[in-house]
Amino acid sequence: MTTTLAPPQARAAKRPVRLFRNLMSKIALVPMILTALVIFVGGTAWTVVYSFTNSRLLPRLEFVGFDQYERLWSTARWVISIQNLALYGFLSMILSLVIGFTLAALLDRKIRFEGAFRTIFLYPFALSFVVTGVAWQWILNPDFGLQNLVREWGWTSFTFNPLNDPDTVMFGLLIAGIWQGSGLIMCIMLAGLRGIDEDIWKAARVDGIGTVKTYVRIIIPMMRPVFVTALVLIASGIIKLYDLVVAQTNGGPGISSEVPAKYVIDYMFRAQNLGQGFAASTMMLVSVLIILVPWAYLEFGGKKRG
Amino acid sequence: MVDMTLQNGPRGPKPKRAFTRANIFIYGTLLLVSVYYLLPLYVMIVTSLKGMPEIRMGNVFGPPMEVTFEPWVKAWSQACTGINCDGLSRGFWNSVNILIPSVILSIGIASVNGYALSNWKFKGSEVFFTILIIGAFIPYQTMLYPIVILLREIGLMGELSGLVLVHTVFGMPILTLLFRNYFASVPEELFKAARVDGAGFWRIYFQIMLPMALPIFVVAIILQVTGIWNDFLFGVIYTKPSTYPMTVQLNNIVNSVQGVKEYNVNMAATLLTGLVPLVIYFASGKLFVRGIAAGAVKG
Repeated sequence: MTTTLAPPQARAAKRPVRLFRNLMSKIALVPMILTALVIFVGGTAWTVVYSFTNSRLLPRLEFVGFDQYERLWSTARWVISIQNLALYGFLSMILSLVIGFTLAALLDRKIRFEGAFRTIFLYPFALSFVVTGVAWQWILNPDFGLQNLVREWGWTSFTFNPLNDPDTVMFGLLIAGIWQGSGLIMCIMLAGLRGIDEDIWKAARVDGIGTVKTYVRIIIPMMRPVFVTALVLIASGIIKLYDLVVAQTNGGPGISSEVPAKYVIDYMFRAQNLGQGFAASTMMLVSVLIILVPWAYLEFGGKKRG
Repeated sequence: MVDMTLQNGPRGPKPKRAFTRANIFIYGTLLLVSVYYLLPLYVMIVTSLKGMPEIRMGNVFGPPMEVTFEPWVKAWSQACTGINCDGLSRGFWNSVNILIPSVILSIGIASVNGYALSNWKFKGSEVFFTILIIGAFIPYQTMLYPIVILLREIGLMGELSGLVLVHTVFGMPILTLLFRNYFASVPEELFKAARVDGAGFWRIYFQIMLPMALPIFVVAIILQVTGIWNDFLFGVIYTKPSTYPMTVQLNNIVNSVQGVKEYNVNMAATLLTGLVPLVIYFASGKLFVRGIAAGAVKG
């Protein structure tokens, strides 16, 4: 999609700007302007400023420098949260892209029942993370779920109990997260594949290039923008990871599946330690900016100059 | 084989021979993956139709020997969260009461935004729009507490109407983008002709733009209904136990530490919570895909 800015000549043609010009439009946009300025800019700035205070139960403007951040990074729970998110994020990106693209490529092979398969792969995306988490918590239940099933088949020493093992609990979450979200990536990939000219395929066939090789060498490089969109989408979803953890493991066993978003909310609304919550949420903001700014620069910065 | 593909190209009509090695691989993989996607739904359904004694015997994956709808009734009207034992029905009606005004308000405001931004630009309008879009990428966590303060100031903290406002605010970036892109694609001559005829801001909106944009309204409704129904974060923060939406109540029922775990009731409750978005999904078909694609594709 293109963001259409007013062409320069249209702007120049306008009469000198007065306050009352387009007055109705300005009035109609008041809710949007308030949202943008008060909540998005104001709210974010407020949180960043108060992250340098020692607010506990109520916000107080008593500045303590970087104390909250020092405490944050020396808290085991925060460090574990970051590690968990990094692991989950990395694997979730790779798996979503691989599964999403593979499924899309298979569906694009002119097969029967394409609609049915697509419906099956995408329906989990309609469900909430809470429903997803609760459902997978039940399937991964060691006494009744998959582990029990395989043991009943005769393999009595079979162990698959990710949700109760601190070392593997993130993989349990990953199984559920991929289940919920990969259909969306498949859809985006499929749209990308459908946008590729048929002649490319014909040319590849004429040159005797195999199907897999055509995908890897020709199609995937051509789909770079689609992959970038998918990656940004996955990444922005990963940072929000909260509901799934609350519903599936609630951070357990112990603190082994805690994530940053949960840290923020628990400190702000349960532990009544607002300063910690503000500092942690500011760290989340910083990490988003670290990802977003280079992407926006590559994506939009280059085009405008060109 | 080679000749055929040359004539038809890989996207031509399906080749006659069904059992080629490639086909077996494709369908085999797709069927196997389908099991992974369908398994949770299947397990939820069969579990919710079993009695607890049957579940304790093991084998979650077998079909129920004796079908009972009691877990569904219990999930709807008797399941306990804390001291309240009136089931999920309260959460359901709360969610409905949150959903309807949120959808109307957010889409109403966003469609006017999109219309004003594409047809009635003024100096600075693009700046505000850019801030709005950047705001969509800021983690919600940095804005949660300031909104608590704002809602307390206007006396809506914990009320359903407060949550409606929150949904309207956070739905605004993507919906505004959706409508702005749509209205930008409408030929400008149409707008100019209406202007020449003396129609003003609202008249052009209601009589020309609104009727034309109906398909995009449907897409926006699908996007918002599933998004708001599935919300957990805002629900858990901006409501109180008596106004909890369904997702929050479901989580409290399933993950409550007291009492004996009734897995069949839990699964019935889970299915009940997922029912609204699932119905929307299966009923809307391709429009759902358009909705999420609109949500996904950057502007």
